[in-house]
Amino acid sequence: MTESLLRVRDLVVEYPVKGLRRAPFRALHGVGLDVDAGETVGLVGESGSGKTTFGRAVLGLAPVTSGSVRFRGREIGRLSRSARRALATQIQVVFQDPYTSLNPSLVIERILVEPLLAQRVPPDEARRRVRDLLDQVHLPADAGRRLPREFSGGQRQRVAIARALALDPALIVCDEPVSALDLSTQARVLGLFREIQERTGVAYLFVSHDLAVVRHLSHRVAVMRAGEIVESGETRRVADDPQHPYTQKLFLAAPLPDPQAQRERREARRRLRSTEGARP
Amino acid sequence: MSEPALVAPAAVPPAALSGGLRRLLRDPLGVVALGWLALVIVAAALARWISPHDPDEPSAGDILAGPSASHLLGADGSGRDILSRLLHASQISLAGAALTLLVAAVLGIGAGLVAGYYGGWTETAGTWAASLIMALPGIVALLALRAVVGPSPWTTMAIFGVLLSPAFYRVVYAAVSGVRHELYIDAARVAGLSDARIIGRHVLTVVRAPAIIVAAAVGSGAIALQSGITFLGLGDPSVATWGGMLNDAFANIYVAPLAVAWPSLAIGTTCVALTLLSNALRDALERTGRPRRRTARAEDAADAAAKEPVLTHDEPPGGAALLDVRDLVVAYPRPDGPARRVVDEVSLSVRAGEVHGLIGESGSGKTQTAFSILRLLPAGARTSGAIVFDGTELSGLPAARLTRLRGGAIGYVPQEPMSNLDPSFTVGSQLVEPIRAHLGHGRAKARTRALELLERVGIADPARTFDAYPHEISGGMAQRVLIAGAVACEPRLLIADEPTTALDVTVQAEVLDLLRDLRDDLGMGVLLVTHDFGVVADLCDRVSVMRHGRVVETGPVDAIFAEPRHAYTRALFDAVVATGERA
Repeated sequence: MTESLLRVRDLVVEYPVKGLRRAPFRALHGVGLDVDAGETVGLVGESGSGKTTFGRAVLGLAPVTSGSVRFRGREIGRLSRSARRALATQIQVVFQDPYTSLNPSLVIERILVEPLLAQRVPPDEARRRVRDLLDQVHLPADAGRRLPREFSGGQRQRVAIARALALDPALIVCDEPVSALDLSTQARVLGLFREIQERTGVAYLFVSHDLAVVRHLSHRVAVMRAGEIVESGETRRVADDPQHPYTQKLFLAAPLPDPQAQRERREARRRLRSTEGARP
Repeated sequence: MSEPALVAPAAVPPAALSGGLRRLLRDPLGVVALGWLALVIVAAALARWISPHDPDEPSAGDILAGPSASHLLGADGSGRDILSRLLHASQISLAGAALTLLVAAVLGIGAGLVAGYYGGWTETAGTWAASLIMALPGIVALLALRAVVGPSPWTTMAIFGVLLSPAFYRVVYAAVSGVRHELYIDAARVAGLSDARIIGRHVLTVVRAPAIIVAAAVGSGAIALQSGITFLGLGDPSVATWGGMLNDAFANIYVAPLAVAWPSLAIGTTCVALTLLSNALRDALERTGRPRRRTARAEDAADAAAKEPVLTHDEPPGGAALLDVRDLVVAYPRPDGPARRVVDEVSLSVRAGEVHGLIGESGSGKTQTAFSILRLLPAGARTSGAIVFDGTELSGLPAARLTRLRGGAIGYVPQEPMSNLDPSFTVGSQLVEPIRAHLGHGRAKARTRALELLERVGIADPARTFDAYPHEISGGMAQRVLIAGAVACEPRLLIADEPTTALDVTVQAEVLDLLRDLRDDLGMGVLLVTHDFGVVADLCDRVSVMRHGRVVETGPVDAIFAEPRHAYTRALFDAVVATGERA
């Protein structure tokens, strides 16, 4: 069997803490995860669980203390800055906040040609590709001449997706890409993610705190808590029959948009809490 | 000499730069300063051709002569023409100031960019060096170094540049480290851009405006200092300088007092022009409109939207309304055109013991509705309509009586728990204060009450939380503390603005449980603002769906979830269903 597109094993990330002889803060305690070509893996967790750090480590934006991050069989955990740049054509990102992930002073076209020019695509060709990209994310062709502030959150996130797609990557790390958006916008942007995957076969590492969003998009799910993966597996299996108590708690805590079903879920959560005993 | 007082300006979007230039040209002080500086520069450049005399040619007959046709500004103690010397001296003064500026800018901006962008040891080294240079007494260091390297005016000015470089370093470092963690910088790195390109494209633009402002101030300081040094006779006596001329005129002040005026004016006006220019630049470049988040367009639509009737679901008759809002309008005047209505004829009621959900997307006016009940709208908002709480009309109530109601009979739970606790006071003191103010309890009794409340909201160790500072507790804990504060005086109505949006789902579930228990215990009515249908389904008895400032549908939760009638409500439900399972 061939190796996964992305194969992470025993990943440890530590951040130095200011002050002499202070122990570094360990954000990830030996995490392992695979992403296959063309598949979506959801990484769910609450704030501080380390899910964003995991995504940043894959992107080379967080320091890998130990463990391995292999991409297409090649170790990429501790690359030099220049070796890392070469990976831009393979691994891309869509960040959470569409307001700060686009430089406010550059027009959309300049934002989008940037990664292309960095890969020495001729400027004319790059501009042609940008028009094509805008079309792919369903933005009007004249969007390129406008500044990010002229767009709504959902449209900005489409620009960010177009930037990620510019180099035709094999993997896109999506860090909470819809959590800053309104509900109806969320649904449309998620639809776009799926549509792009069906067309290009790109794989997503989809980091989110929102179980509904992850469940909607992911083939497989991993649940993180306090820097460790507590449970992972096929989305349906994890969602319908969670094994780990934390996963159960997490799924039962998310309120359902249906008063009757939510009453039942609330009762189930109460039962789980009482079986847990007095533990907070 | 002391350093020019500089305040690190906020990052200016560079698109504002050309706009800033236009604004500068509309500022009369800026235009005058700019014009004067241009004149001085042109005069200095053309000195050789426009000077009426050789600046170094003494004339025994004209010693200390007053202004005349041949010597427009008179002659100095050696009979040299003052105007010609002034013009030639301006070359030295300007070139010296330019050298200082160049050295200070290259060193300061370069170090600031590196330290701000890379951080780590470069940051430590840069900040340490800048602090060291700033701590040096400038004039003393300059005189000492001059003794070592000789009297060349150029070395003096270059050293002065080094001494002033922290001015650039500090603003550049502050601006760059401000954007270093921006996501678009990370995105550029992931996109494979080299560091040089990222700095050139994304970072330098942020630095441009503050650096220009600093440059004008540093230039003014450089001219003043250079004149001071040559006035003290520390310059090269064979070259005409403003300071040297002032020195010469000063020696003869009793014989030819007017001669002092010319170099003083040259130094003074040039420095003042640079300082005014710096101020005008700061005003022009920093007074830039913040990028407007969209909402505007959605709310504009409220004006145009056809006033369709509110779809109301039947409901069993309940008790009397605790809060009754009728035809509430909140509008903000616009400089151009009619006032913008963010809340448009909203009516809703909350009964005792029930939770009324107000749901909508961003910009729908739901928070504005909640705020207008509490009268917490920003200045400039105009409201109309009736807000009746427990038989009292709130909108006409004097401020003092409303203040007694807020925190007393009406409690409020905000969205962001952390930013609603003052970081410099303990949790306990922030709870005790309102209890004392509203219930008139003594210190000890208020403390007991606060501890009871903390226990009531499910905090495991109330005494410890009581003594903790806000940064020592988690977000969920902080929200419990705020809820404890809101229910401290057993309010009859609780207004909760997205009380769980900032919280994790497991914490959210607990906070929703808490709100439900409190409602049951205290029998209070709750107005719950949210964007989450799950929260509505979990907690609310009735719900109003808002869009573009209007309520489009209202009724009991079960009825609306079972059979949403308005197209917008259905679209929202579809969006929720669409985030169901992957096929």
